[in-house]
Amino acid sequence: MAKMNMIQALNSALDNMMERDPDVISFGEDAGYFGGVFRVTANLQTKYGLDRSFDAPINEAAIMGMAIGMAAKGLKPVAEIQFSDYIFPGLDQIVSEMSRIRYRTAGAFTTPVVVRTPCGGGIRGGQTHSMSPEAFFTQVPGVQVVMPSNPYDAKGLLIAAIESPDPVIFFEPKRLYNGPFDGHSGGALSSWANHPKGEVPEDHYSLPIGKAEVVREGSAVTIVAYGTLVLVAQAAAEKAGVDAEVIDLKTLVPYDIETIARSVNKTGRCIVAQEAPRTSGFAAELAAQIQEECFYALEAPIQRVTGWDTPYPHAHEWSYFPGPDRFINAMNTVLEA
Amino acid sequence: MAHSEPRFHVPAPHVRPGDTPDFSHIDIPPAGEAKRPDTAVPGMETRDLALGLVRVLDHNHQAVGEWDPKLDAGVLREGLRHMVLTRVYDDRMLKLQRQGKMSFYMKSTGEEAVAVAGAMAMSKDDMVFPSYRQQGILFARGRDIVDMMCHCISNSRDNLKGRQLPVHYTWAEGKFFSISGNLATQLPQAVGYAMACEYRGDGEIAATWIGDGSTAEGDFHGALVLASTYRAPVIVNVVNNQWAISTFQGIAAGDAPTFAYKGMGYGLASLRIDGNDFLAVYAATQWAAERARAGHGTTVIEHFTYRADAHSTSDDPSGYRPKGENAIWPLGDPIERLKQHLIGLGEWDEERHAALEKELNELVIASYKEAESHGTLHDGPLSPVESIFEDVYAEPDWRLRRQRQDLGV
Repeated sequence: MAKMNMIQALNSALDNMMERDPDVISFGEDAGYFGGVFRVTANLQTKYGLDRSFDAPINEAAIMGMAIGMAAKGLKPVAEIQFSDYIFPGLDQIVSEMSRIRYRTAGAFTTPVVVRTPCGGGIRGGQTHSMSPEAFFTQVPGVQVVMPSNPYDAKGLLIAAIESPDPVIFFEPKRLYNGPFDGHSGGALSSWANHPKGEVPEDHYSLPIGKAEVVREGSAVTIVAYGTLVLVAQAAAEKAGVDAEVIDLKTLVPYDIETIARSVNKTGRCIVAQEAPRTSGFAAELAAQIQEECFYALEAPIQRVTGWDTPYPHAHEWSYFPGPDRFINAMNTVLEA
Repeated sequence: MAHSEPRFHVPAPHVRPGDTPDFSHIDIPPAGEAKRPDTAVPGMETRDLALGLVRVLDHNHQAVGEWDPKLDAGVLREGLRHMVLTRVYDDRMLKLQRQGKMSFYMKSTGEEAVAVAGAMAMSKDDMVFPSYRQQGILFARGRDIVDMMCHCISNSRDNLKGRQLPVHYTWAEGKFFSISGNLATQLPQAVGYAMACEYRGDGEIAATWIGDGSTAEGDFHGALVLASTYRAPVIVNVVNNQWAISTFQGIAAGDAPTFAYKGMGYGLASLRIDGNDFLAVYAATQWAAERARAGHGTTVIEHFTYRADAHSTSDDPSGYRPKGENAIWPLGDPIERLKQHLIGLGEWDEERHAALEKELNELVIASYKEAESHGTLHDGPLSPVESIFEDVYAEPDWRLRRQRQDLGV
């Protein structure tokens, strides 16, 4: 077992899949020769050649459209959108095309593209390099939406995404690329090498899309989170000394309602969390579904921990970011009720 | 109150409803004048062709010049048959739509050569990414008419299970990709597909079609960047039929001299051709296909034509253009021109033409009768209701399974 950070784990997933399957190809802005601005596609061009790992022009719609056409021919394109903030020019191709080709052709054509895109804040990226736009894509029937929170899951889920017969929007929380992050902005950067989920097999393995994981067991309250906030929620529970159960959702579409409902029926209290702005975020969907499933087990209103309904600020980044204190406040609220 | 002079430039057509139709501003160079370069020519050396107009059939309906593809009479008659069938089918489907048999229809009247000759000049193994007015491709590739009609009336035999608007065909067996209602999206897809053809090395190429209005979309320009960068074996057909619903071509063209000329900005071989000339469309497509297959990359072909009828059954052109324009379109009617060419060759006559029209009319009427035997939009049978939940994903997840139960099917 190797120690890997999330970048290395994702690179290892691409490497495994490109080695196994000549139909897997990777491209994006700066994603070829240079290996991506975050280095996720590093060395793939050297190893697999120019036609399997290449630079794309700066046109996200064209990148998405090209990937769709390639997938229609049977290739397995893994397209990188450099920052998820930049995905919007490609939205028409994702929403109106990629997601619906299977449906509108009644299965005659399929376009199982994997769109990899770094998301989230906490890197001093300002409003154009910090977004978490995942909820937009959960409104699009036909795509799956995945966001891992650690190197082990990142590799296993990216391999599953590439092997999936359906398109996947694969969000990579870039605050977690180089190390786990507990939400305390001032502290030193810790390393994935000291984290159990930084142990990553070099060989091929996959994790099921649609399966959540209880990453911290507890009985007082259930916290449902994904991406960076999984680690923040765990740290907050430790800090507050609350017996919280933390669920790492991993997949937003289709989300694992069974694991969530089992936990909430046990704890009777629930917090749902997202880094994105609050209104119409994915936490709202979770809260709605949880109250449908678990209403009679709930002893307190479901609380949301989210970003504010503002763009992601640059200077006041840490006042925007839903850090441990916001989790602790939410835990106090649900536990007092 | 409107200013008498606009404060910034807004292009407008020469004539509007109530005016006398007039195309005297359109420069039509003589047939046979354009040079036919080697298919390996550097893209930038096609500049004159991007600004000119490749024409083969002259005003006497004779094939002249270097672009004459010198087709056998049998091929010409086949092309004529596909074009007549396209027109007969369109006319019948319009009537049926007016009778309430389908929700919507789009004719391709006047543009039959663009689709039919284009399809015939390619291999049937080549993939096409059409827009919504190239039903002629389906006839040229031999699709079953009953199947096409079953799609348009969304009945139990609709191969798309009633999920698409009429005329938004898909025919995988005929290498005909799904038509989108979102304009220009098929352009970068066709380029990606063509790149995948090269990756596979199977000798296949791709072609796509877009209207003059849709060239304003970013996807058109993005696709040309990709096509140029990766030298993709794809033919980009711009069907300049002068009208994007009610908007004349000048709104998308701006000050660009031609739509073909836009390809020059990307260094792509670019041809502007008479889209109502079966032989010109055939020859240009053949040239572009040979160029693509030989590894010289993409060709942009502007088909200069005229949308002789309404945009769709939801459109009324009398609100934005003079009546009677169609009759004086300087490049005539594609079916009439090929017919006269064949007659001039001694390979066709009026009696045979009348017999062909009669035969195809009867075929279309009989086909519709058969199509209706598989159900109608209003009375069914349609695809099963539970098919709503199929094909969203390879396998329905818990949400779709539950929602199907909620619907009670």
